[in-house]
Amino acid sequence: MSDTIQTTTPPTATPERRRDLAQFIVVAFLVVVATLLVVDAAGLRNDFAETDPVGPKVFPWFIAAMLYLTAALLSIAILRGSIPEEEGGEDVDLDQRAEWLTVAKLVGVFVFLIATVDLLGWTIAGALFFAGCSLTLGSRTWLRDLAIGTALSVGSFYAFYVGLGVPLPAGILDGIL
Amino acid sequence: MDNLNNLMDGFGAAITPTNLLFACVGVLLGTAVGVLPGIGPAMTVALLLPITYNVEPASAFIMFAGIYYGGMYGGSTTSILLNTPGESSSVITAIEGNKMAKAGRAAQALATAAFGSFIAGAIGTTLLTFFAPWIAVQAVKLGDPSYLAIMVLALIAVTAVLGSSKLRGFIGLFLGLAIGIVGIDSLTGQSRMIFGIPLLGDGIDIVVVAVAIFAIGEALWVAAFLRRRPQEIIPVGRPWMGKDDFKRSWKPWLRGTAFGFPFGAVPAGGAELPTFLSYVTERKLSKHPEEFGHGAIEGVAGPEAANNASAAGTLVPMLALGLPTNATAAIMLAAMMGYGIQPGPALFESESTLVWTLIASLFIGNFLLLVLNLPLAPLWAKLLQTPRPYLYAGILFFASLGALAVNLQWFDLALLLFFGLVGLGMRRFGVPVLPLIIGVILGPLVEERLRKTLLLSSGDWSGLVSEPTAIIVYAIIALGAIGMAVTGAVRGRKDTTTEVSA
Repeated sequence: MSDTIQTTTPPTATPERRRDLAQFIVVAFLVVVATLLVVDAAGLRNDFAETDPVGPKVFPWFIAAMLYLTAALLSIAILRGSIPEEEGGEDVDLDQRAEWLTVAKLVGVFVFLIATVDLLGWTIAGALFFAGCSLTLGSRTWLRDLAIGTALSVGSFYAFYVGLGVPLPAGILDGIL
Repeated sequence: MDNLNNLMDGFGAAITPTNLLFACVGVLLGTAVGVLPGIGPAMTVALLLPITYNVEPASAFIMFAGIYYGGMYGGSTTSILLNTPGESSSVITAIEGNKMAKAGRAAQALATAAFGSFIAGAIGTTLLTFFAPWIAVQAVKLGDPSYLAIMVLALIAVTAVLGSSKLRGFIGLFLGLAIGIVGIDSLTGQSRMIFGIPLLGDGIDIVVVAVAIFAIGEALWVAAFLRRRPQEIIPVGRPWMGKDDFKRSWKPWLRGTAFGFPFGAVPAGGAELPTFLSYVTERKLSKHPEEFGHGAIEGVAGPEAANNASAAGTLVPMLALGLPTNATAAIMLAAMMGYGIQPGPALFESESTLVWTLIASLFIGNFLLLVLNLPLAPLWAKLLQTPRPYLYAGILFFASLGALAVNLQWFDLALLLFFGLVGLGMRRFGVPVLPLIIGVILGPLVEERLRKTLLLSSGDWSGLVSEPTAIIVYAIIALGAIGMAVTGAVRGRKDTTTEVSA
């Protein structure tokens, strides 16, 4: 074929990595979801069985069956050497080593936000969240990051409150804001 | 002409100061997020869904339409000025566009992209004006069985045609359908998949799923592979093109439009194939074939027009049938349902004003893109220099804000993180995002329609094929499946060395 085009995405599969066994995480996830669907649907009743022959169970069971099937097919594909096509992007350099530690830290910052948003309110928790994320991602100017975060969180708090009538959690600043 | 009258009424409703403001904001915002790496129009519309609580539907959709068209335009700017295209639809533009920019012709590349987008957008929207109402009129006559068959076709087509691995596409689809199960079963009133958590009783909000999969998943994925050395950005002045450039561009614009619109209008046509076809065609027809690979303007003009025409085409199934075939259309459909508007063939009847205002605003947005973006191009290029920690911290911040605003409870943030991690895993393991989102949105509709169809036929399964259209559509699905199995088997026998994409 002469009509092929060289795209700029670099090939992700390196020759020495023939099998990507980490994909069994996907298989495990599919099996868990499917099993949850089966167990949950088993407890449902169909009160109108004569007229509603499908009932509430069939759809979950069908999806579960398909998830088991795709999990099995994926297992075979993995063992036969199927390599996933990792997603590229402007800021993504797949030739670098993955820094999963950065990801873990971001998840930590996120958990902190979830834990504190009701207590501290969106303005404080949101500002800390922004600063925490940007510092984790390699920024070193923590004072400036905090200032930007505060501007964003206070700005969005009032924009939502005044503009949209949505009161974001005020937390300990309730009454002051 | 009835359609023209309706369109004129639509213009009347769209040209109010408020709506023009929303159109401007949408176009500028859309271009900005299209230029910025990491965020796209689908994510932006998802983040802006909270405005639907307090803004008129017409204004909101005018803004969303602006974001949609603007995002397409912004994406091309990035792929010309940087050599890494962000979206698969602008991969082809990057080939010649970046070469032109490196050869000092960035201004001309941006100009031909801008004019090409404008012309394709104008023609595409005109075709939409005439085709969509006609299709809707035909589709209204279809009963539940046919409509069910068409929805099933759309789900399968989007999953099977797009992306490199069909198996992974179907994994995404079934995960999306599973998410759609969560909540109260509409016919029996029982809770499903809520695991005793009352907060899950109303189902998982589509905003949370979409924002998590698009924004959080993307930010976490980029964090793992963030480019250490920033990329070289080619500086650019105001876009302009000479007479000779126009002469070489206008035919590719029109041909690109002809490729793009039909592909966008059929489910799963997408923008990848028409941009590729347009590129190949221009290379064959060009009087300067030697320039291809070194920055031929035809190679930018054609694919860019195809890209935008396909964007307009995508709105045909969305407005006429209520079927989303790309991520942004899917989120717009979710917004529609949030307003309590039932998407589907009846939309042109029941929400006539809204639909025609939206279509009129597409023309306005398309025009605004041209007049605003030509002078603003240097500014957009500057936007590419945004420090990455701030960019991705900002994406995470606004994603959390969007999810929190849905129900004002921390629980949605926890869901956001969970699905964000799912989104991260999908990027790592090559599971496409679009089938999942479409599965979440269409899954519950498919189930409801299936069961209602059987209620009407008193539980007789043959009720599913009681209409000729339904039978035809199922036949198309079966033929497609057989065709794919055959080509897969042939290809598998020819080259066993390459990757098994199952």
